[in-house]
Parts: sequence; C-alpha cells; structure tokens
Amino acid sequence: METFFKEAVVPHFNFWIYVIIMMIGLWSVIAKNNLIKKLIGLSIFQTAILLLYVSLGVKEGATIPIIDHHAAELSLAGDAAAINPDAIANPVPHVLMLTAIVVGVATLGVALALCQVIYKDFGTLEEDEVLQKIKALHDDV
Amino acid sequence: MIVAFDIIILVFLVIAAIISLSVKDLLAAAMVFGIYGFLICLLWAEMGAVDVAFTEATVGAGVSTVLIVATILNTRRKSTD
Repeated sequence: METFFKEAVVPHFNFWIYVIIMMIGLWSVIAKNNLIKKLIGLSIFQTAILLLYVSLGVKEGATIPIIDHHAAELSLAGDAAAINPDAIANPVPHVLMLTAIVVGVATLGVALALCQVIYKDFGTLEEDEVLQKIKALHDDV
Repeated sequence: MIVAFDIIILVFLVIAAIISLSVKDLLAAAMVFGIYGFLICLLWAEMGAVDVAFTEATVGAGVSTVLIVATILNTRRKSTD
C-alpha cells in the first residue's frame, strides 16, 4: 500500500483528481433528476477529459509554446540547436482540446434548447415527471 | 507547472463541482459553474496552455453560463435535487 502511494498516487496526483472530477460528472448524469443539473454534470465530465489531455503536454520546467523572434530567425538560418524543444510545452494537445471546448459549448447549447422544448411540451424539467407524463400519453392511446 | 498552485486549484475545482451539482437553486448552480470554468481557465494558464485558457475564459466561463441562465429564465429556477 505504501509503495502504491509512493509510486502511483503522489507523482501522478493530478490524474487522480481528474478521475474524481470525472466520476462527479458521471454520478450527476446518472443520479440527478433535473435535466439542467445533468447537463452541468456532462460539462464537468468533459472538462475532466480535456484536463487529462492538456496535462499530457506539460513538461517539467517548460514554458508556453511561443518561440521568440531571435531564436526563430536563427532556426530558419539553419541553426538546429537554436530552439530547444524540451523548454517548450507540447502544443499539439492544446490545439486538439481547443476544438473540443468549442464543440462542447455547441452541444451544450443544443441540449439546453432541447430542454426548453421539453419544458414547453411537458411543463417540467424533472426527469421522473417527464417520464410519467410520457407514460400517461401512451396509456391514453 | 507549480505543484502547490496546482493542488490548491484542483481542490477548489472539486469543491466547485460538488457545490454546483448539489445546490437546489439552478441560478446559483449556473453561477458556481461559471466559477468552475474560471478555475479551469487558471489551471490551463498554469499548465502553459495560454490559448486554451483564453478560449475557456470566454467560451467556458462566459458563453455556457449565459446559455444556462437563458434556459433557466425560459423554464423554472427550482430543482428538486
């Protein structure tokens, strides 16, 4: 148990907290009754995954992925050692997650619009009441 | 990446997530969700992903909170859980 803590928990504590955040989101999607609460939980679930991917690009002692002008000119002139890749965080996961954030907000907007349509039709946003009204509708037919 | 800063923000992140999912007032939940988005933005600036931090501050903390508040205005503010 002690070696498990030393080798897996302490060096990668951020991954464990991402898992906790992800499970909070999953719990709310399953257990919460209100549809807007479910959507907030879904967004929290999504941010946990984004955090995991962005943290893969982090390097110890690295700075933000912007190359200074002088180093860029030296690199273009043929000096391969002018830019040290170990001193720059990996920007590839950043760009991928940038797309995922924007797509996430678009899907959240569509889901909230669907919530408004559900409210218009059933007069409630609670899942159990909506299911009851759907069942009553089917029983009438 | 500064470890102490990382730990403090991650603890606040978990607290904000639990609060925004447990309050019964949906407007309060939306506001705490905005705080959650801003904490994520801080975390990304700290990880060196400044472009993602900018996007999160505008889109995550700004637009998604506005969308949720607009939906609450058109529907009901109270939640049973």
